[in-house]
Amino acid sequence: MKAGAILRPAVILLLLALVLKPEWFVPLFAPLAPEGAPVIYARSSLLSLSLSHLGLVAAATAAATLVSVTLAILVTRDAGAAFRPLSRTITNMGQTFPPVAVLALAVPALGFGAGPTLVALFLYGLLPIFENSITGLSTLPPATMEAARGLGLNRWQRLIQVELPLALPVILTGIRLSFVISLGTATIGSTVAARTLGEVIIAGLLTSNTAYVLQGGLIVGLFAVVVYDALILLEARIARRSGMADPR
Amino acid sequence: MIEIDRITKVYNGVTAVDAVTMTAESGTITVIVGTSGSGKTTLLRMINRLEEPTSGEVRINGESTLATKPHLLRRRIGYAIQGHGLFPHHSVARNIGAVPRLLNWPKEKISARVDELLTLFSMEPDQFRDRFPAELSGGQQQRVGVARALASRPDVLLMDEPFGALDPIIRARAQDDLRRIQRALGSTIVLVTHDMEEAIRLGDMVAVMDGGQLVQHAPPAEIVTKPATGFVADMVGDMERPLRLLSLVPLSEVMEDGDAPGEALPADSSLRDALSACLWTGRTAVPVERDGLPAGRVTLDAIRARAELGA
Repeated sequence: MKAGAILRPAVILLLLALVLKPEWFVPLFAPLAPEGAPVIYARSSLLSLSLSHLGLVAAATAAATLVSVTLAILVTRDAGAAFRPLSRTITNMGQTFPPVAVLALAVPALGFGAGPTLVALFLYGLLPIFENSITGLSTLPPATMEAARGLGLNRWQRLIQVELPLALPVILTGIRLSFVISLGTATIGSTVAARTLGEVIIAGLLTSNTAYVLQGGLIVGLFAVVVYDALILLEARIARRSGMADPR
Repeated sequence: MIEIDRITKVYNGVTAVDAVTMTAESGTITVIVGTSGSGKTTLLRMINRLEEPTSGEVRINGESTLATKPHLLRRRIGYAIQGHGLFPHHSVARNIGAVPRLLNWPKEKISARVDELLTLFSMEPDQFRDRFPAELSGGQQQRVGVARALASRPDVLLMDEPFGALDPIIRARAQDDLRRIQRALGSTIVLVTHDMEEAIRLGDMVAVMDGGQLVQHAPPAEIVTKPATGFVADMVGDMERPLRLLSLVPLSEVMEDGDAPGEALPADSSLRDALSACLWTGRTAVPVERDGLPAGRVTLDAIRARAELGA
């Protein structure tokens, strides 16, 4: 906790500085840039790249969450149990198929830009959320479920009032994993002209400018750390409020 | 009144409950006792249609349970289970108010009912209302579970091993509480247990299940003195029979005038308690008190005579 209290604001400040005031880091990155080349990426603002990057990941994760959780609810009902293996296979394929390949295949259909990246991130993000939702919804305390039925809650009331709230912390863990994986994966979207922080890294690779590569990589990495940490805090808070974690 | 009429449940060709017919009178406690696999829990769960009977019918106050949708039927029947099954993400007040909320009671009426029930179960409302189940002891969780079952003032209360997860001391207290509350509210209770001691202690009527069949349905004294089959006798336990019988008789029944040395027992405690007190302190009689005033005595001879009466 103590280390977190110092480290957390330090990491956030470093990230903000890298995005908003990149010129502060010229002395640091200068030795890595080739002779005479610019040290700081300036073709577009790092802030707008970051926002577009985060927006893309958030949109893809939101769509993956909606689809995965709905699917998980359906296959954990008695009537849908037969479809569980099939839906597992589909979400597993989404994870197995490399995002680069998805990008390549989606470009002819959707053209260059954000579209193919959204598809790739969406498919890649399904599995962790789906698997965690299934786990959360099928490991509910049996006595509580029996009582919910015995007290006279109907199916819908049981789902909304008991099952989803109790499964929420586990589902959130899946969303966190998916979000953080997508945050890194989104960088390759810039190969097909999506506006992400990958642009900085790719520009660096094309011009052999290690300063760019490091700058882009550092920002993406720090975003992942900060978001991961924030979502863990959120999960702990929800678990505590729902009375499931022992407060003592 | 609950009338169970030739009810049968068959699972994959195995008969779990075989044409059981039984009536539980209003305002009484009926305890269904049996070993695991005897069909006792299935029988109970068919009353509120958590299990659908293969054939036969249950009527509550004359009305068939098949006439109502299962979830609406269950809101009219209290239900308490082993390990309480409280909602871990809801406060004590929300747990107890679960059924009234389903029945759309106004907010003020629900919170007044919650406080009333907490008080009934000797839990200070201000102190417990906003706690979560994880912050309660096992005995408190169990009491909240029973309070939740009673919240909408159901005519009928079904309990499936409600005290199974409690340690012996807390269990005895919970049983006493249940008896007291049942007397006060006049509810009709059907309770399932595997513990004959509990059945004799709590039941106005005891129903013994074996292999899906109802082998005896009688008042506890009759179960002890005239077991219908060898199985019932085994459940009661031969060596324990005199003691079980004595535990059913209050001191007031064999009390005589006179005095005796030593500490007095209340008139509503059982002969078993008196026997125990005599043996432990080496007395031949114990004084009896009613409302704190001396009322008479019970002698060891009277206890012996009463025990022999049953044999």
